[in-house]
Amino acid sequence: MKAAPYLLCLPALVLFAGVVIVPLGMTVLLSFHDWGQYKGIEPVFILKNWQEVLGDSYFHEMFARTFRIAFFVTLLAAVFGAPEAYILNRMRSPWRGLFLLVILGPLLISVVARTLGWALLFGGNSGLVNKALMGMGLISAPLPFMFTETGIVVALAHVLMPYMVLAVWASLQRLDPQVENAAVALGAGPFTVLRRIVLPQVMPGILSGAVIVFALAASAFATPAIIGGRRLKVASTLAYDEFLNTLNWPLGAAVAVLLLAALIAIIWGTNRLVERRYAQVFA
Amino acid sequence: MSRNGPLALAYHTLFVAFMLAPILVVCWVAFTPEGFLSFPTDRWSLRWFEAIARYPEFISAFWRSLWLGAISSAIAVAISVPAALAIGRYRFRGREALTALFMSPLMIPHLVLGIAFLRFFTQIGLGGTFAGLVLSHIVVVLPFALRLTLASAVGLDRSIEHAAVSLGASESVVLRRITLPLVLPGLVSGWALAFINSFDELTMTVFIAAPGTETLPVRMFLYIQDNIDPLVTSVSACVIAVTVVALVILDRAFGLERMLVGRSASHGR
Repeated sequence: MKAAPYLLCLPALVLFAGVVIVPLGMTVLLSFHDWGQYKGIEPVFILKNWQEVLGDSYFHEMFARTFRIAFFVTLLAAVFGAPEAYILNRMRSPWRGLFLLVILGPLLISVVARTLGWALLFGGNSGLVNKALMGMGLISAPLPFMFTETGIVVALAHVLMPYMVLAVWASLQRLDPQVENAAVALGAGPFTVLRRIVLPQVMPGILSGAVIVFALAASAFATPAIIGGRRLKVASTLAYDEFLNTLNWPLGAAVAVLLLAALIAIIWGTNRLVERRYAQVFA
Repeated sequence: MSRNGPLALAYHTLFVAFMLAPILVVCWVAFTPEGFLSFPTDRWSLRWFEAIARYPEFISAFWRSLWLGAISSAIAVAISVPAALAIGRYRFRGREALTALFMSPLMIPHLVLGIAFLRFFTQIGLGGTFAGLVLSHIVVVLPFALRLTLASAVGLDRSIEHAAVSLGASESVVLRRITLPLVLPGLVSGWALAFINSFDELTMTVFIAAPGTETLPVRMFLYIQDNIDPLVTSVSACVIAVTVVALVILDRAFGLERMLVGRSASHGR
């Protein structure tokens, strides 16, 4: 009977050992191999790719852009997504379910289709977004969105927004409305209730949403590839180019492994911070 | 609980407009009667939907995506059910580590998985094959299948099984007549969520699909890279329509909130 759980897990374990762990290990190895235009991949152990990725200013700039985009996407998602989750949570029955579906539904709609929508909205100087912004008098000349970081940030914030709403929503479900009522009964204004009662309690939700959004934004592919075009490279589109255009697989593998390592470090660090700071909330 | 003020409702309206705008715009442009991208106002046309029929690569990519999603989700569920029963009902050494391993495709960027699979499949001779696509999709959708089967395995009332045993049912009868029917809703919703995720997967698949094994998202992405014309908007509109129908059915049948909120809970913890 003791072996039963292991036997039950065996099919999944075999699959993951063979099709996840081995390929990932091979990718790490690949990043140490040599490559030449005519000789192809040579299975030797050298640091050339890592020296290039860590030392070349082109890669510094590209990684800085990747994480800058991810940072602003996370910021936008937190600033706009968290209040929306709060508003949703205060809605009444039919509306609440309906709008939850409307806001979370896009998560399951093809990323290519959603990004295409933004490409159409941005579309050059005559795009709808520029027309709307100028019509409201917010800007006097059209802003460039296509092929810019701004455009990537806006489109990615839209693509990843549901994850933030979802994370904050989940933390709001654990909130006791009686605490809010108590604060109101004791004379707190609505703003004080938000700042002193609600915000501290949903902060772990915002942070865990931020970790998800940041990780997905830093490794996003379709949106930066379509909105950023061929020139404005981020880590994922650069790795794609190395693998499928220049065919320098070892260099592409080094970029991908570095991205993975950086993300693991950031996620792990943030989780430690959240757990230490908010231990009492999770308890 | 207090109600939302007018300011909150105005904010909510803008937010919903932001979320829906790009999706609606794609569907709007798809009905253009012109030969170029434009927003039809007085004249509408289905010519770009009819044009899809003249591009067999979109049609074949659609069927391939459908089969890929159906097969890989079915296998993922079949693998998840025993794993979920083990994780949900037993306390054993390595339980946490195994769960983390099976959930790891959620946290490993699909870009990294795509690269790893490209190298791996090329080495073992599965490069660019449908079998390779199925294997890789099983891995990335397994967490969704496992999450929902696990939820139903944990929530299972074991006294019903005990009752069956005490009434003389054998182990296989208990499994077939009691346990599996009880986890069936979790199984079906797990399959559905896995299917949608497989159907939409691009980042990983774009690395391992070759001409001839391109899925619909890959075909659409490669098309957009070359040029954006009304054809790709009408294809996208069809994809959106199919997803929305699936979403509404799923929401009615299982409650989208439960499926997705359960999905977020183990992220980033």
